[in-house]
Amino acid sequence: MSQSYNRGLIEDFGRWREFEAGMWAWIFHKFTGWVLIGYLFTHIAVLSTGIPAAGAGEAAIAAGNDVYTQTIVSLEGLLLVRLLEVGLLAVAVFHMLNGTRLLLTDLGIGLEAQDKSFYASLILTGAITVASVPTFIAGAF
Amino acid sequence: MSTQIPKQTEESSETEAETQPASKGEERRAEKRRRAAERREQRQEEEAEKAAADESTVELKVFRYDPQVEGKQEPRFDTFHVPFTKGMTVLDALMYARDTYDSSLTFRHSCRQAVCGSDAMFVNGGQKLACKTQISDLDEPVRVEPLPHAEVTKDLVVDMEHFYDQMEAVEPYFQTNEYPDGELEEQRQDRENREKIKMSTRCIWCGACMSSCNIAAGDNEYLGPAAINKAYRFAMDEREGEDIKQKRLEIIEQEHGVWRCQTQFSCTEVCPKDIPLTEHIQELKREAVKNNLKFW
Repeated sequence: MSQSYNRGLIEDFGRWREFEAGMWAWIFHKFTGWVLIGYLFTHIAVLSTGIPAAGAGEAAIAAGNDVYTQTIVSLEGLLLVRLLEVGLLAVAVFHMLNGTRLLLTDLGIGLEAQDKSFYASLILTGAITVASVPTFIAGAF
Repeated sequence: MSTQIPKQTEESSETEAETQPASKGEERRAEKRRRAAERREQRQEEEAEKAAADESTVELKVFRYDPQVEGKQEPRFDTFHVPFTKGMTVLDALMYARDTYDSSLTFRHSCRQAVCGSDAMFVNGGQKLACKTQISDLDEPVRVEPLPHAEVTKDLVVDMEHFYDQMEAVEPYFQTNEYPDGELEEQRQDRENREKIKMSTRCIWCGACMSSCNIAAGDNEYLGPAAINKAYRFAMDEREGEDIKQKRLEIIEQEHGVWRCQTQFSCTEVCPKDIPLTEHIQELKREAVKNNLKFW
């Protein structure tokens, strides 16, 4: 890094318009990775309501009156959560597809087509996300 | 600006003119110099005006910075209008600007034919070799900046010392313990092996890859694409023998060696000699794994 003066964003994200496919793939992979880690914590937080719920009586569980079921039901009732779930799917699918691409790169397969495989994983992510919308949004309104 | 000061010297020297005739000649020379400087300035201004009005000119925005000159300590961009000629490269345009408008414009160049690797610059947001980049391929105005992620010494000149250190860290020269029998016997390389390392031998040490690599920017210990490519060139050379290859692998499989590469492909995209850098780094990663995992 240059220390003699501040060259501003030119040293990193300021040149985003000139980023090539591989660079975008790297940025998206980092971003989706952090999102997935963030999701992991909320996932654990929601699932851990199952611990107090297990202490509830069998009748309560059968009737769906325990903490766990109540938490899930109330969360799924929110439109925002439904939308976030679509986003989560998009993030996870891209991370998987690009991860596969990186695996192949590590094996030295298809390095000449790395940009095409990135575009392919983007398009596939888009298609899968769009296809999932009816499932996730159903009954939210 | 230049009228006031010479007049004063004229007056003062007139009184001593009788006693010191030598100063008269000096004065005349100073006057001549002043006139020449004025003419030069005028000509530069005229040229600049003419070029700006002309339609077939290229607009260059060039990064200017010089820590030793007071007026240039704050980085700025200077605009030059350079008459376009067919086949003009960014380096040609810069040289025209330097020779015609501002002789203090500083940049490195030598062979002008993409062999010496001294003029890697940041042109329109990408690391390019200025002598190999056609003006006609670029959008105007052409922004020319020094390489990012490097200390700027002056204008377009960056400090390459760190880059050279990294290159030298991989011992970029042929070493072997296996000598042929005869005294005058050559160390022949077979065709397949030559073909394998062919692309990696093309490196001209321009530093474009190192500048484009985000990982190298954040980690000064990372060898960088150019140095790893150099290591590849020798590690894959079969004439060096097994024990030297082992030594080379020990250098490149360190924490800040090949493992820092995150396959951004930035280096491969910018390399002016089209070296498949990422491919070489990945192959060395696999070599390093094979070297350490011994299940078979």
